[in-house]
Amino acid sequence: MTRIVGIDLGTTNSLIAYMEGDTPRVIPGRHGRTLVPSVVAMTDNGLLVGDPAKEHLVRNPERTIYSVKRFMGKGLADLAGELKYFPYKLHEQGGVIRIQIGDKTYSPPQISAMILKELKLRAEAHLGEEIRKAVITVPAYFNDSQRQATKDAGLIAGLEVLRIVNEPTAASLAYGLQKRTQGIIAVYDLGGGTFDISILKLKNGIFEVLATNGNTHLGGDDFDRRVANLILKEVRDQYGLDREQYPDTMQSVRLEAERAKIRLSDDQKTTIAIELPARKGEYRRELTRDQLEALTMDLVEQTIGPCRLALKDAGLQPSEIDEVVLVGGATRMPLVRRRVQELFGKVPHSEINPDEVVALGAAVQADILSGGTQDMLLLDVTPLSLGIETMGGVTSTLIRRNTTIPASAKEMFTTYVDGQTSVDIHVLQGERELAKDNRSLARFQLRVPPLPAGVPRVEVMFLIDANGILNVSAKDVRTGQIQSIEVKPSSGLTDEEVERMITESFKFAADDLKARQLIEARTEAEAIVKATEKAFALGGHLIGAEETALIKASLGRLQTATSSDDHRGIRARIADVEKATHHLAEVLMDSTLKEALQGKKLSELP
Amino acid sequence: MDQTHNMPGKRTELQMARSMCWHCQSEVHGEYFCVQCVKVQPVSKELDYFTCLGLPRLLNIDLGALEAKFYELSRAFHPDFFQNKSESEQAISLGNSALLNTAYRTLKDPIRRAEYLIQLEAGSAKDIRTSPPADLFEEILALQEDLEEFRSASPGQNPVHMEELRTRLKVDRETLERRQLEMEHRLAELFTAWDKLQSRKQPDDQARRERDAMLKEMREILSNRTYLRNIVNDMVATTG
Repeated sequence: MTRIVGIDLGTTNSLIAYMEGDTPRVIPGRHGRTLVPSVVAMTDNGLLVGDPAKEHLVRNPERTIYSVKRFMGKGLADLAGELKYFPYKLHEQGGVIRIQIGDKTYSPPQISAMILKELKLRAEAHLGEEIRKAVITVPAYFNDSQRQATKDAGLIAGLEVLRIVNEPTAASLAYGLQKRTQGIIAVYDLGGGTFDISILKLKNGIFEVLATNGNTHLGGDDFDRRVANLILKEVRDQYGLDREQYPDTMQSVRLEAERAKIRLSDDQKTTIAIELPARKGEYRRELTRDQLEALTMDLVEQTIGPCRLALKDAGLQPSEIDEVVLVGGATRMPLVRRRVQELFGKVPHSEINPDEVVALGAAVQADILSGGTQDMLLLDVTPLSLGIETMGGVTSTLIRRNTTIPASAKEMFTTYVDGQTSVDIHVLQGERELAKDNRSLARFQLRVPPLPAGVPRVEVMFLIDANGILNVSAKDVRTGQIQSIEVKPSSGLTDEEVERMITESFKFAADDLKARQLIEARTEAEAIVKATEKAFALGGHLIGAEETALIKASLGRLQTATSSDDHRGIRARIADVEKATHHLAEVLMDSTLKEALQGKKLSELP
Repeated sequence: MDQTHNMPGKRTELQMARSMCWHCQSEVHGEYFCVQCVKVQPVSKELDYFTCLGLPRLLNIDLGALEAKFYELSRAFHPDFFQNKSESEQAISLGNSALLNTAYRTLKDPIRRAEYLIQLEAGSAKDIRTSPPADLFEEILALQEDLEEFRSASPGQNPVHMEELRTRLKVDRETLERRQLEMEHRLAELFTAWDKLQSRKQPDDQARRERDAMLKEMREILSNRTYLRNIVNDMVATTG
């Protein structure tokens, strides 16, 4: 049985987890950190992902991509008003956002795939086996395009995505497994970029989602922006610097705002400090928790409406919720906790690390799919109503929101003109009356035999699978013939595009590995050159001229090799230098030892 | 584009689709898994939701039993447990789960349950009402005028008049909501009476007449209720 891993592909951070026996575990990286910042940097020396990429946010903002999850499955129109916050250029092609880095463009799934690959490598190094299958989590309120984009990202990264799981439901799995909870729980999930509320009934291992709601454009990022805007305004008022004048500092401002917000979850006040450009000195101000709360109060308030709607859809009063679980880094804010407690009238739980609980739950779901865990079953719902456009541009709902998935609906179609050979079908997702106000999911043409108007009867089956993704099939009722329908997504990559991106990603992977090896070799070469120079300064007088010449020659050859792209050549020259300096190192060691011993009594020696 | 809602399956076809295992061709008698080869079997599309969930065809049902059966069948059919199986089995699992979810959703809610049962018994679920129920005709007409005026009011409208309008609409809304409650009470009575009628061993002419009258009344109430609910929703959306 192949192993299936669980991945939390977050706006700010991503994690990968697996099931060890009956306990889910998050896989740490080399430095013991479980979080991989969802940041990708395209540096001159190659691609960087995670912590090393995060350093480039400040150094290299226009080539460093963060919060790419906000763009998944979206077009430019969906991001109006937000574009100014991103330092890289965005445009649209085929309804999909493209990110311009230098002379190359990348789709959001491609960038997400780079993060997924990093996680995959991490798991492969840790588990010592190839990883090919995964469960990936998405915000519960993600629509069809966003889910599809996430699946595409997995494919591009070389992962078969066996299931797309909703983040709050995944969290409930981890939580339910650990606590053996029964009853009604509410999962309040405020992440880096998205907000979800899910209400579940837990009974004898069944996790039945009763209702879910949310906002895919509300998260910790927005809180950071409020603080960042305050800083920018004060910098402008006090130093006369406009944001356009110092684009490179924008990332420092954003990161400092985020850090201040995080500190204020523990402290009552904190100091914000930004090094200003153009010799304007340093901007400093104190920010108190009260001030932060005043700045972000309305954002927290925006989460309450969805909570009430979810309760209403579940047919429950707040007092009927047995337990409230907090998920997502932003729920560490005392204001959020207070407001949640107020709404539900009980102290929310946060025993499991809110950064890790979703990945842990994804690992549990992965284990269920691989046949390991058999006593738990998740019955999730579709977050948004699915419908089709009818005469007059009105939406006719086929599957209502909060319907348990898999869910299906059948609709009979016929013609209204003699000899008509096709019927246009426009599939929509959303809660609004008019088609134009809802999200266009797909358009397709139903083929109909040429007959008098009203005679053809084609039954179309709309099926939302366990991933929350739409599948469409059609059957001619008269002939029983099944028609395969190619649903062209209104805002998504085509199959051909995904195919091409998979191929490209293999090329990237080869390039990436080469680039990484080159960077490592160069870094090491640099270190050895520095060390040798230092050794010369300390002990150059202790060795002969011939030896000095030999070392200098080997150093020269190393420096020449460093400017090439051949990491093996660099490695070989490094070895040469090490050999040439072997004697010098010994001499130095001796002399250091002598120095250390001079003027000391034996008893003082260690 | 024209759509017609699908008609309920013909009762005579019941069980026909599942008399033979799709995989090993051995006989199956309504089991969800073939006795011979243990492959999952597609739930017949003609199977009514009550039978599917192991309940008598009644209007008052045991909700605990319904949930228990739903959970049991979910554990049997859910695609999660078919990940390592063949494509055919995965497709059956998906179809069965979708049908099961629809069945559960329909029976869980008393109104949907009644609409479904009427559809099974008498063909169509309910007439989509386009005119107000007779006993509320005058009131609803007046109310809709008020609602229209409220909606088209410009910001500079006389605030006293607007307040009057708002108060009147509030009173109207309360009347409608009260009427809705009455309908629900009457429905509950009818549900009990209907179920009692089902328990009679041999339906005579008298029973058949009672049955038809009940179906007619339930259908009438259900369509009036939908009509009222739409108006109330509209009022809530307009006046807040």
